[in-house]
Amino acid sequence: MAPVVVLWLAMCLGGTWAVDKGNFKTCDQSAFCKRQRALKPGESPYRALLETMELTNTRLTLQLINDNNKVRLLLELYRLQGNITRVKINELKPLKPRYEVPDVLIREPPTEPLSLLSQDENGVVLSLGAESQRVIVSARPFRLDIMEGREVLMSLNSRGLLAFEHLRMRKDTQADPEAEKKEEADPANQAEAENVDEEKVEDGMWEETFKSHTDSKPNGPSAVSLDFSLPGVEHVYGIPEHADTLRLKTTDNGDPYRLYNLDVFQYELYNPMALYGAVPVMLAHNTQRTTGIFWLNAAETWVDISSNTAGKTVFGKMLDYVQGSSETPQTDVRWISESGIIDVFIMLGPKPKDVFSQYASLTGTQSFPPLTSLGYHQCRWNYNDQEDVKSVDAGFDEHDIPYDFIWLDIEHTDGKRYFTWDTHKFATPKEMLQGLMDKKRKMVAIVDPHIKVDSNYKIHNEIRSRGFYIKNKDGGDYEGWCWPGNAGYPDFTRIDMRDWWASMFAYDQYEGSMENLYTWNDMNEPSVFNGPEVTMHKDAMHGAWEHRDLHNTYGFYVQMATAEGLIKRSGGVERPFVLTRAFFAGSQRYGAVWTGDNAAEWDHLKISIPMCLSLGLVGISFCGADVGGFFKSPSTELLVRWYQTGAYQPFFRAHAHLDTPRREPWLFGPENTALIREAVRQRYTLLPYWYQQFYQAHRTGQPVMRPLWVEYPQDPATFTLDDEFLIGKDLLVHPVTEEGARGVTAYLPGKDEVWFDVHTFQRHNGAQNLYIPVTMSSIPVFQRGGSIIPRKLRVRRSSTCMEHDPYTLFVALNSQRKAEGELYIDDGHTFNYEKEEFIHRRLSFANNILSSLNLAPDAKFTTQSWIERIVILGASKPSKITLKAADGQESQVEFEFDASMSVLTLRKPGMNSGADWTKKNL
Amino acid sequence: MSCQYHQHLLLPLLLSLLTAGVSSVEVQRPRGVSLSNRQFYEEGKPFTCLDNSATIPFDRVNDDYCDCKDGSDEPGTAACPNGSFYCTNAGFRSSFIPSSRINDGICDCCDTTDEYNSGAACQNTCRELGRKEMESLEKMAEIAKEGYRLKQLLIQEAKRGLEEKKKKLQDIQVTKKDLEDKVEALRTVKETAEQPEKEAKERHLKAWEDQKALIRMEKDMARMAEVFLELDDDGDGFVSVAELLSHSELNPDSDDSFTEAEAQVLLGGVDKVDTVTFEAVWNNIKEKYISEVTTVKTFSRLQEPFSDNDSEQLLQDNCKLYVRESFFTVFDINLEKEISFDFGPNSEFAYLYSQCYELTTSEYIYRLCPFNRVSQKPKYGGSETNLGTWGKWAGPEDNIYSVMKYEHGTGCWQGPNRSTTVKLTCGKETVVTSTSEPSRCEYLMEFISPAICQEPSSLESYFHEHQEL
Repeated sequence: MAPVVVLWLAMCLGGTWAVDKGNFKTCDQSAFCKRQRALKPGESPYRALLETMELTNTRLTLQLINDNNKVRLLLELYRLQGNITRVKINELKPLKPRYEVPDVLIREPPTEPLSLLSQDENGVVLSLGAESQRVIVSARPFRLDIMEGREVLMSLNSRGLLAFEHLRMRKDTQADPEAEKKEEADPANQAEAENVDEEKVEDGMWEETFKSHTDSKPNGPSAVSLDFSLPGVEHVYGIPEHADTLRLKTTDNGDPYRLYNLDVFQYELYNPMALYGAVPVMLAHNTQRTTGIFWLNAAETWVDISSNTAGKTVFGKMLDYVQGSSETPQTDVRWISESGIIDVFIMLGPKPKDVFSQYASLTGTQSFPPLTSLGYHQCRWNYNDQEDVKSVDAGFDEHDIPYDFIWLDIEHTDGKRYFTWDTHKFATPKEMLQGLMDKKRKMVAIVDPHIKVDSNYKIHNEIRSRGFYIKNKDGGDYEGWCWPGNAGYPDFTRIDMRDWWASMFAYDQYEGSMENLYTWNDMNEPSVFNGPEVTMHKDAMHGAWEHRDLHNTYGFYVQMATAEGLIKRSGGVERPFVLTRAFFAGSQRYGAVWTGDNAAEWDHLKISIPMCLSLGLVGISFCGADVGGFFKSPSTELLVRWYQTGAYQPFFRAHAHLDTPRREPWLFGPENTALIREAVRQRYTLLPYWYQQFYQAHRTGQPVMRPLWVEYPQDPATFTLDDEFLIGKDLLVHPVTEEGARGVTAYLPGKDEVWFDVHTFQRHNGAQNLYIPVTMSSIPVFQRGGSIIPRKLRVRRSSTCMEHDPYTLFVALNSQRKAEGELYIDDGHTFNYEKEEFIHRRLSFANNILSSLNLAPDAKFTTQSWIERIVILGASKPSKITLKAADGQESQVEFEFDASMSVLTLRKPGMNSGADWTKKNL
Repeated sequence: MSCQYHQHLLLPLLLSLLTAGVSSVEVQRPRGVSLSNRQFYEEGKPFTCLDNSATIPFDRVNDDYCDCKDGSDEPGTAACPNGSFYCTNAGFRSSFIPSSRINDGICDCCDTTDEYNSGAACQNTCRELGRKEMESLEKMAEIAKEGYRLKQLLIQEAKRGLEEKKKKLQDIQVTKKDLEDKVEALRTVKETAEQPEKEAKERHLKAWEDQKALIRMEKDMARMAEVFLELDDDGDGFVSVAELLSHSELNPDSDDSFTEAEAQVLLGGVDKVDTVTFEAVWNNIKEKYISEVTTVKTFSRLQEPFSDNDSEQLLQDNCKLYVRESFFTVFDINLEKEISFDFGPNSEFAYLYSQCYELTTSEYIYRLCPFNRVSQKPKYGGSETNLGTWGKWAGPEDNIYSVMKYEHGTGCWQGPNRSTTVKLTCGKETVVTSTSEPSRCEYLMEFISPAICQEPSSLESYFHEHQEL
């Protein structure tokens, strides 16, 4: 730990309380980014060799040639099912294979037929099948345009920034005679090489030094780059993880957005620096269409964004419009990666929900979490010992605040040896876990991927003897500093390593573990305290591949292996819960993510919204930020507001740094305890709705926490909103994130919509900015008219305790006096839902009749839960209400009517939640 | 647990409930209703919510639907979010639990009545709990009784001590006065001696130099006196090797450990020194010593330079007198400080003053010197860390002497200054029983002392009753 302290101290002495930017590269300091960014648009050396075109039923191939160096590339173009076009570009004959990212796609995507529409010497036109979509391949310079009707949806290499650094032998030394021989032996290579304009050897092509670290680059330059033009687009989103606004900014005057998984100490807000995770997916949106670009590359990546309207003021745009002189607004995007190939999926929408399902068809959907993991999580670095855990657990009962999980950070281990327990502080972990189980509560213990190099540590010995460690460039086991001191890093890209890792979670392997113990993977960027940019050397080796090629997937694999372990230990019965800090495209399949080491500051509370929204847009729905802020100590007001916000975000966990004062919810006086209790209780009443949203996310890939524009894609007023959000499509949340706020202004979207304040039942019209006065207890939340939301109002000490409790249905009528909703129930924790063991019902209200219809007649599941109450918002007073059960039996239901708020409450209708019924208001 | 502070309140309550639990026949009332509330739940008659918010037919009491805003119609079900359920717990203490704990599968009432429909297999543990509580109460009562007796002795002792100290203070003040008179006399002599002399300028200057040396010397002596008192942690009038060891800066060589042998050398080869011997070894210490208190009082009483004087002897005498006077001044201030301390309503905590208590854990030795400081020292070498100096009594308003607060200890990286909360509980001995660090740099110490014991007033009658049961 000593070096850590030194490192942190050094950072601290800088004086400012923020990230030390000097520890992380700018584009200028990253040789390939600098090289690529120096290219000027409009000078593309690439030409399509149309004579090489081959078109099969599913695939078009075509060679491209770089007229400067005569290196040939192979272009592959696929039409994929679901309105997706895949473009792959690799060297035709690379010196050695280039890395293609495995394991991220859930399968080889199924293709659809392509057909040739026309061809001449300048290019070809292909039909993309559906909806008069075509792709035009232009030969000189090479360019792709995807059209629908007469409209260009997207163009590739339209600015001529396609670049593909071919693999080459090192020319500036004579040190490798064998390599030269090899080159001679390959006549094809030689033939081309002779024609080549000798390309300049620039600094950083064969070696690069940043601070004290030298990257050896034995393969030389290998970067790839491509530009995309998006006509008609002014709003782009996605490419997390960045601490920035929801709508991405143009990058002309600064660095590009960087995607490179890094452990950034005390990160700064509102900038394009890389953070812990990377999902190379961007969404483009205008009122007509939403599209997506998925750049499947796991190496360090930079994304430049520019726009022809970015500099214009609103007045300027207006002037253009009035004068009719406006050029079409356009956003240009450029992706630059250090190695690998170009493999890009163009998702053509047209609606936001189409893009979500297109992306889900490629990388899978959000894992369906155990219901309990949607409850509240209490974490701290660290709960000191078993006694501490017990007293915090008792504190929740004493203060009547529900919670489901208590967490243990690194100090619970025996000297940062994961899978072990500190023998003094956690001498009898099973006893502790049993104590929690007796209260139907659970625990998460941290298991990080860095493994202490210690010959008395079983895990280390096994990994070393099996040769599972990542190797350094010289072939020895790679070692770096992390929490335990000197540590090795298992090669999670190997399936045999992952299988072995998974087997370590078996109850007989992980001593002291029980079925209510779940796992947290931290530091899996990977974090290497003494490595370049606090991560692994790029020339470290994963078998034949360099770490450079796959860096951004390391954390993805760690979580994959861990989740697999939790599934395996239960014999495939129980759903896992694993939290990760690092992630990549596809990480949604393995659990939850959080936004890393934030700080107890108001701006960090605010940024939690766009950060999680951006993740939701690219498939990762189970997102949260440390409630209260990790570093520093929050004011009581901030803490309360953070609980209120976190209660309405998908992953709801409080966490705190070791050096901060304790902040369990009851430590701030009875008034604040009550405020926090109320926020947490609101979360618990809504668990049925949250669970249903996650079920939908799992089935369809739709995000749980959504930006407003996703549901109101034609309303430009929603396009930049990131201080409010939707849960599903029926709840709108505008948390209070300003210090000392007296009110917030929420935009309620939809000119035909009505919205009901969930606390007062006050009805508001859509398409308005509504000023809401707030007090410390206010959490502005609105239910959309036209929706039915099930809640469980009997909040108990954990979600599991509420399993059999009855539901209250909140029916919010729209202006046509209609409403629809769903009710999904299963056992909450097993994979049996995959065997049709669930209840899924459609609830609908129309013509004064509320009915429950079975959406899954083949499914079988029984519940003890019943409907205890139905609250109809925006109702009129009925004379009587009858309930008709499945067997035709009718009975009268008592009700109360609040005329001032038009709220009709049905008392104890009493039917089973799984049953068919209709209910008529007369 | 707060029961230790409130045992005097808790006991009578327990008594009445136990009696009821054992002797009363089960009174018919809706599930979850306490005995005292049963009058509001009259079978067959409309029920009015206890907050008067509504009146409902009796068959809606405990019908698993919440009708009253205050939850009072569902004392026996989980239907109301704010309801509470009464556990009779015959054989033990009755209690209320939130109604959300009814039929949640977790046994909360020791009589199992909260889990009547959840399938949870609860055991009735009330008698066992009652027995155990009784035993522990008996034990506590025994401790409290003895502790209280000891406390009376402490009070008497404190009273005596206080009188003595007041007297001592008076003596010192008299002595001081006497000394001041002597100084005044000497000054007169000196001034008289000066009177007839018409000096040369040089001599005058020399005398001025001497005068400055005198001032320096005097300051040095004053500092010596202060340091002596600081070092003398236990206030026994001696500075010992152990006391010296807490000042690692005095380590003569810069190696890691400051050994007892090295400390002994500093004290001139003995284990402890009194004020007189301390003067002799002061030179060993003064250069390196770092004071524990930041504000150093100065005892310089010289405001204006003396005029020249040729009598060295006179200077020497003068100086010594000042030194002794300084010592007295410090003692005097110390005594005044001690006398003015809040040692509890009857000075029962006075006996803790200038004492220290240690607790050794697996890693550290913790040291509590009440009304002075708390410190922590690694068991296996390393320097001592200050966990806070005496701050204030910090118990709740009704029991302020139950908690001591020590503040402004050594600062933490990116954190607060270390501080320690000391919780006092009644016991026969005076001992530190546990320490912990619940939050970084905020320490918690459990401390037992007879001085916190309360009069065991109701115990006698309680046991009397208990025997009869």
